Amino acid sequence: MSQPESAVADAQAGGRSGQEPLAKLAARYGLRRAIARPRFPAYVRQLWERRHFILTYATSRNVSKYSNSALGQLWQVLTPLLNAAIYYVMFGLILGGRGNIDNYPAFLLIGMFVFTYTQRTVTAGAKSISGNLSLIRALHFPRASLPLAYTIQELQQLAISMGVLLVIVIFTGEPITLFWLMMPLVLLLQTMFNIGAGLVMARLGSSMRDLNQLLPFITRTWLYASGVFFSIQEKVVGTAKLPQWVADTMYYANPAASYIEFMRDILISAHNPPGSVWISCVFWAVFALGFGFWYFWRAEERYGRG
Amino acid sequence: MAELTEELSLVKGEQPAVPGKDGKDGAHPQPVAPAGKPPFDVPTGTPTVVVDDLHIVYRVYGAASDAEKGNAVNALTRILRRQGRPQMKEVHAVRGVSFVAYHGDAIGIVGRNGSGKSTLLRAIAGLLPPHAGAVYTDGQPSLLGVNAALMRELTGERNIVLGCYAMGMTPAEVREKYQEIVDFSGIDEFVQLPMSTYSSGMGARLRFAISSAKTHDVLLIDEALATGDREFRKKSEQRIRQIREEAGTVFLVAHDLRVIEETCNRVIWLHKGKIKMDGDPKEVLAAYNKG
Repeated sequence: MSQPESAVADAQAGGRSGQEPLAKLAARYGLRRAIARPRFPAYVRQLWERRHFILTYATSRNVSKYSNSALGQLWQVLTPLLNAAIYYVMFGLILGGRGNIDNYPAFLLIGMFVFTYTQRTVTAGAKSISGNLSLIRALHFPRASLPLAYTIQELQQLAISMGVLLVIVIFTGEPITLFWLMMPLVLLLQTMFNIGAGLVMARLGSSMRDLNQLLPFITRTWLYASGVFFSIQEKVVGTAKLPQWVADTMYYANPAASYIEFMRDILISAHNPPGSVWISCVFWAVFALGFGFWYFWRAEERYGRG
Repeated sequence: MAELTEELSLVKGEQPAVPGKDGKDGAHPQPVAPAGKPPFDVPTGTPTVVVDDLHIVYRVYGAASDAEKGNAVNALTRILRRQGRPQMKEVHAVRGVSFVAYHGDAIGIVGRNGSGKSTLLRAIAGLLPPHAGAVYTDGQPSLLGVNAALMRELTGERNIVLGCYAMGMTPAEVREKYQEIVDFSGIDEFVQLPMSTYSSGMGARLRFAISSAKTHDVLLIDEALATGDREFRKKSEQRIRQIREEAGTVFLVAHDLRVIEETCNRVIWLHKGKIKMDGDPKEVLAAYNKG
């Protein structure tokens, strides 16, 4: 049906390529491909130049998120608190998960808040590209800005939650020690890991639309495997009578568990984390950040396609 | 309404119009050069955009049946079996478009809804990856429009800052342009209110004011002119003309053919993802109106 039109198009293309191929013409005038992936160092530099956009975008999303509710920004604190209260009743009181854990409320809250940060970043990261196709198809910017902005948005929320957490931890009778100064370090390491994980999820989510249906299952399994409301050591070695290395692997191989343990070590004086948990914390942070950026960058020019 | 009848006549007149044009174009394979410009492939005119046999294929998700969607177990089995989604469709929006745009060109793109105009613009801007072929450009072409970056729940104030950063401005540039944007949009004290409280005209004015605050080498405009009241339309047309003078090359997609005739020196007629005609605005628009 479209025969005559294609004839026109062919005649035009053929007629021109008879004189000079368009690619050559473009090369002669130094024109570059409109869509080309910059080299990795250049990409990181572009991303740095867009830091104001990333920050403003993250803040704006946070502001607009609660703009329709009466309590507004208060929900940033209320949501994790309500979650922790439910888990305290469920696992601490009804199911008896507290076992021999010292200061169970602080133990649970730290686990909850630290895990929620990673979980929310991963979930948001998976939607950061696929949910912003119109933005990607309208404006030019390094696409990693979006997963990065989502991570920063969660970090801003976490900062508020952490303030609440500290108040509660002090209230439960924990002494304030110099170790508390290491808190930002743990958060920095965890943020590095979250950025990497968010980037990986962003690329996966951009091509696998079904990921969003599947993610709640994955994150819930992850939650149960991270020892948020029970002690891995106690359950694995104490109750299940498995060898010690199983418990150690569960701590070291699971970044969420590592960060939770590190944070508990800092804030709860009686808590005994597995010895070298800080090594796995550093490893996961560096590995995830490096791999995440590389993996995301590899598909940079394809994100607009959907 | 007028547009509809115009398109109806286009459908009717489609077949007879083509063979005559075909013969004409076949004899002169190159598009007609705009008046007052050297013919193509003469080195004096500097090409700024070269589109070489471009094909764009969209992936469209959706049209999913209710039984398919939302079941996480289904999703898991499908990922494990590596099956494609049954409801995924590929739309071949641009099918082999080639042309060269030169410095100082203002090119209008006309065609019916769904003929691939906006897709072509996005491909030139480097926002949609080509399925085959390539787009070569000088500098970074930019699409006029920041709508996707703005958030309705935020105040105009915050949206101006956000939009400016989204277009890649520095903080100094944002401070410099801020008042200019507010003045041009004419929304005055409403800038303190959330954009969701704006009338549609006010929102459109603010969006246009933000998007046109930046100067570009190659500018792509997609139906930006038909916004606001008459007074603002005049203002924005003037702004477009000013942008055109500053920019090297302008592409304009609009349904209002009068606007294209007034501002462009070359018109490309897209039909079903292919170039049907390319040349002088008067000739192309006359043929387009005839169908």
